[in-house]
Amino acid sequence: MTHSIVLAGPAAETTRLLIYWVLAIGSVAAALGMILARRAVHCALLLAVVMLSLSVFYLMNGAPFLALVQIIVYTGAVLMLFLFVLMIVGITAADSIIETIRGQRLWAALAGITMLILLSLVIGHAVIGPEGKSSAQFGNSNVTALAHLIFTRYVFPFELTSALLITAAVGAMVLAHRERLRPKPTQRDLAAARIASSHPTPLPGPGTYAQHNSVDMPALLPDGSQAELSVSPVLSGAGRAERPPALGGPQPGGEQPPAVPGRAPASGPEAGDQ
Amino acid sequence: MVSPAHFIALSVILFVIGAVGVLVRRNAIVVFMCVELMLNAANLAFVTFARMHGALDGQVIAFFVMVVAAAEVVVGLAILTAIFRARRSASVDDANLMKY
Repeated sequence: MTHSIVLAGPAAETTRLLIYWVLAIGSVAAALGMILARRAVHCALLLAVVMLSLSVFYLMNGAPFLALVQIIVYTGAVLMLFLFVLMIVGITAADSIIETIRGQRLWAALAGITMLILLSLVIGHAVIGPEGKSSAQFGNSNVTALAHLIFTRYVFPFELTSALLITAAVGAMVLAHRERLRPKPTQRDLAAARIASSHPTPLPGPGTYAQHNSVDMPALLPDGSQAELSVSPVLSGAGRAERPPALGGPQPGGEQPPAVPGRAPASGPEAGDQ
Repeated sequence: MVSPAHFIALSVILFVIGAVGVLVRRNAIVVFMCVELMLNAANLAFVTFARMHGALDGQVIAFFVMVVAAAEVVVGLAILTAIFRARRSASVDDANLMKY
């Protein structure tokens, strides 16, 4: 197993130190970048860096099972969930930098420094011993030993987590469900709305094919201007500076076909819109 | 020589960064990510203490923390999409209907 290679023998001590410092500095920098980066997508990617470094730290601490769970569950599932929600919510261009509460940043920084000092004092006073002696349960039989613990001493909390997971899944489904406020538009309604709109033909496709064919690239009109209709409003919200945000159009993630023009009045107020 | 104190110090730093992020950021999704960072820092401390004491209980607790965090993220992100659907914004400043 990888970690026995990383951990084994006194000769590996320098390697461990090197790995520790590289990844520690990297993860702290990524965490700092996470709270400084203005785009949510960048934050998610930097969080992935932190999580992957932490999984290596778990390996170094004799927790190969947790390291893999960290990669699979956290980096694989939780972060992808974050990214999916970012796609749904629309990758809004950036967080606003205007302070709504006066002095919020300053006080937050002060609180952070205070917390850091307090916690440093605590761990400075605590006696943090050396590593316990290496045994098989931190090595190749880690999974077996963990399974033994989970299914004997911690079997009740383990059952409780299953209840928690089911509750969370049902709750997420309930929250993500939306009531249909009006009957589903039939094909006839769609056709009528399309003819009634000012744009009965299909929308132009995106991409200026001589140079780019990506879907977030607006097509060019004969006079050289950009055809805003050719880009999905979800993508144009993603914020190139030269492109005006077009979030007022058909909404992302709705139950309507997204690209029918002139349906904006029909699809405007949705559940709970004020 | 990498001692447990190294890992504990790192986990403290990461925890504080996450806490500051929760206080500073206003995009609710990023606030969520910072909470995840704090949970991860706590997990690192758990795993380190497990190694230090030579008992696996800390790793079991870290495992439970991961499970609870996954459940929390699922529900939280569902709430975020619901709020976004109603208010067209993911900023924590805009969800203030119950303020007054």
